[in-house]
Amino acid sequence: MSEITSLTLYELIKNIKEKKISSNEAAKSFVDRADKSKKINAYVTENFENCLKLSKEFDDKPNFDLKLPGIPIAVKDLFCTYEVRTTAGSNILNNFVPTYESTVTQNIWNEGGILLGKLNCDEFAMGSSNETSFFGNVQNPIAKDLVPGGSSGGSSAALAANLTPVTIGTDTGGSIRQPASFTGTVGLKPTYGSCSRYGIVAFASSLDQAGPMSKDVKDSSILLEVISSFDKKDSTSIDFKRNNYSSELTRNIKGLKIGIPKEYRVDGMPDEIEKLWKKGIEYAKDCGAEIIDISLPHTSYALPTYYIVAPAEASSNLARYDGVKYGLRSSGKNLIDMYEKTRSEGFGEEVKRRVMIGTYVLSSGYYDAYYLKAQKVRQLIKRDFDQAYNKVDAILTPSTPSSAFKIGEKSNDPVSMYLNDIFTVPVNLAGLPGISIPAGVDKNNYPLGLQIIGKPFDEQTVLNIAYSMEEKINYKNNITDWWMK
Amino acid sequence: MDEIMSKNNSEYLIERNDNVYEVVIGLEVHAQVTSNSKLFSSSSTKFGAEPNTQVSLVDAAFPGMLPVINEFCVKQAIKTGIGLRAKINNKSVFDRKNYFYADLPQGYQISQYKYPIVGEGNVILDMPEGQKQVGIERLHLEQDAGKSIHDIDPSNTLVDLNRSGVALMEIVSKPDLRSPDEVNAYIKKLRSIMRYLGTCDGNMQEGSLRADVNVSVRIKGSTDLGTRCEIKNVNSIKFMQMAIIYEANRQVDLIEEGQEIDQETRLFDTKKNETRSMRSKEDAHDYRYFPDPDLLPLEITDEFIDKLKSEIPELPDDKKKRFIDEFKVSSYDATILVSDIDTAKYFEEVVAKMGKNRDMKLAVNWITGELFAVLNEKNIEIAQSPISAKNLAKLINLIKNGTISGKIAKTIFELMLDGDIDPQIIVEEKGLKQESDPKALEALIDKIINDNREKAIEYKQGKEKLFGFFVGQAMKASGGKANPQLINEILKKKL
Repeated sequence: MSEITSLTLYELIKNIKEKKISSNEAAKSFVDRADKSKKINAYVTENFENCLKLSKEFDDKPNFDLKLPGIPIAVKDLFCTYEVRTTAGSNILNNFVPTYESTVTQNIWNEGGILLGKLNCDEFAMGSSNETSFFGNVQNPIAKDLVPGGSSGGSSAALAANLTPVTIGTDTGGSIRQPASFTGTVGLKPTYGSCSRYGIVAFASSLDQAGPMSKDVKDSSILLEVISSFDKKDSTSIDFKRNNYSSELTRNIKGLKIGIPKEYRVDGMPDEIEKLWKKGIEYAKDCGAEIIDISLPHTSYALPTYYIVAPAEASSNLARYDGVKYGLRSSGKNLIDMYEKTRSEGFGEEVKRRVMIGTYVLSSGYYDAYYLKAQKVRQLIKRDFDQAYNKVDAILTPSTPSSAFKIGEKSNDPVSMYLNDIFTVPVNLAGLPGISIPAGVDKNNYPLGLQIIGKPFDEQTVLNIAYSMEEKINYKNNITDWWMK
Repeated sequence: MDEIMSKNNSEYLIERNDNVYEVVIGLEVHAQVTSNSKLFSSSSTKFGAEPNTQVSLVDAAFPGMLPVINEFCVKQAIKTGIGLRAKINNKSVFDRKNYFYADLPQGYQISQYKYPIVGEGNVILDMPEGQKQVGIERLHLEQDAGKSIHDIDPSNTLVDLNRSGVALMEIVSKPDLRSPDEVNAYIKKLRSIMRYLGTCDGNMQEGSLRADVNVSVRIKGSTDLGTRCEIKNVNSIKFMQMAIIYEANRQVDLIEEGQEIDQETRLFDTKKNETRSMRSKEDAHDYRYFPDPDLLPLEITDEFIDKLKSEIPELPDDKKKRFIDEFKVSSYDATILVSDIDTAKYFEEVVAKMGKNRDMKLAVNWITGELFAVLNEKNIEIAQSPISAKNLAKLINLIKNGTISGKIAKTIFELMLDGDIDPQIIVEEKGLKQESDPKALEALIDKIINDNREKAIEYKQGKEKLFGFFVGQAMKASGGKANPQLINEILKKKL
């Protein structure tokens, strides 16, 4: 079996259960391919030797009742992993090795998953192109010198390049869905409170949410089932009845009402995005869904709101990286000097920019005008969705306003970079589930994604619509393995 | 320095030239919540452990670690609020107070800013001139920081995070206090209430109770508040009083010199007995408070509050009232007896053990007199009293039923100290029983009169003060055991 790495998770599990492939064979295939794919720069830290060892142990004593029996999986380097370096893409955590495991990754290992390694990401998940990582750019497997999206850029690239069967990312403003869209893969951000934040390096606590990234919708449903759990260690984790997402997955979405929000038709949106969206509407109709025009009137305020709330929380969340307890410490004349040098050298430009914005909007005299107002607008955005969901079961939008761009193209223009998140941030602000599925290509043959947004805790409907549309769209990535040549 | 006017009460006024100033004081008391584990983690809070041995990943703010509220600490804060007759808020919010310091691992302290768990309440002080009510502005929960140690290593500051994350209640008073004496009474009352409730042990040496003291002065009679200075982190009542006296006089001096008082944060230097500027208002930190997104608002139902109310023990004010009504002790004595929960417990146990024929006055006098003297001398708490309530009650009963005199009782009391010995046994072993047999006493007195014929004659001739001489001789002859009342009667008859 030469093509182990191109199997979907579902297929790989099936083959392992049927003993056609051993866990160790699978691990070897992914390790071999990773060795030939260094140019992608997907990995920050490899766990290959340990993965091979653990896969062998699995084969010696297999347990096929597990949901991820001996499956090697690489994860975004924002999840703390026991005794495996966790950097969050930052110099300040360059040497940080946790003595603990995040709940989400623990859930994966509990179901038989084996850690392949830690995947590159934007520093502290702040970015839309993976260019803010201390560990360098990641290549989009779609084409040379194309960004893989961000912040889960290492994850999307690894997935598209067949370096891992599935992966997990985190999504604060689009960091799962946008890279999925840029790489022709599937990315799901669950409802806020579905997946525990315990052990995930925090960016913006009220927005951060972990989720599955996969080659197809079914794989996302399998992984979501594993990682979504109530966790007492996270006070914002919600104790709701979780579905058996994979076994309840159905293509029957007849009669479901899907809303099309007019406010997502933004100025200057490329024609091909508009076309993609129209095509998506037709696919949804073909699947038996009813299309309803809706309004989300506060959409245009989402991006500015997000860029107040997220940096505010980040400025406080990142205060712990001070050189005192762990991570990088630069020497200084005194405590303040040490702080300044450590944080100047430890953080990159984008992180510094957001820490400064966040500090500013929380400052006395500005708090009411920025942070408080943003919180109020956030409630209005949430209310828009609540009202829309009186009429529809889900909402269909484009995932991003453009396809993947060239490395360096936007790195000196933060505002244009932030605009990438225009369709994804409202979903985070409202705490809703959203998925991006590949739906077509642009004039350069770069993938484009469609986003399906659901009601809170209704991941099943989101997955079902995506599953149904996926069949009609029948998208296939055309990846040439150019980086190996 | 001008004279401080002092009356026979707790009033504190400062006179300069023709002006009389009063001092206005508000306290922010930081009381450590009695709890086995910290406010947002399961680490131990035990005092005196080796540095950095009671630190969880949450306390040290490792990446991805999240706070989880300790329900017990919430209950403790609510109970304290009930004890302060305060409004318990159904919804309160934890905020982040952002600032950098080496012993603050998160880079922020989780506190409550706009929406505290407890709102307005009050505390009654028993002052010599009568009762005084002091308003409580609020009580909120917050985390303690770690400890920076500057004096172990010559070139480095060491950090101990054992205290990091320990639950504190910040109890903010209204600016209702007017003198160092009132501050003393307030802190003691607060401490007493919390010890009754078991919500804070009030141990100031271990830092379980500390206060920031806000001081301003104004011409007596004025209703405007002067510019205040905040004296940070004072950890004993004596130092609070010294700091207030210094600070009030400093402010009066400035006003009298026609200068402005800067609103600032000051430190009290206990060695020099003076306050010093720490930072001015301009340099004040901008803490950038905002609701902690890792924690949901704290929602407390009325049922939850009612259940806690039903668990509240009798508090000092009610106990005092009951002691006066039930035991007929004076208001003054009752105040002393209830001020400390262990004293009140001890007193009630003595009362119970004395039985039907109890003598309250004797009980109060022996506890607040002899026993307190011993405790003071040995520097121990009543809970460690060398004499149990049971045996003290026995001793009191022996006096009450005439078995021993008050004087002998003092001797027995001394003997009881050595291992809480039953006074009855001492009386028997040492033969200290009072001699109350009139015949035996008559014989004894006959002999004395016989031996001192001349003095007896002198007495009969009118030298009445010799009566005392005969009493003394009789007591001496009986080894102090003679019943003094009988001696008097017999002597009067025989002489």
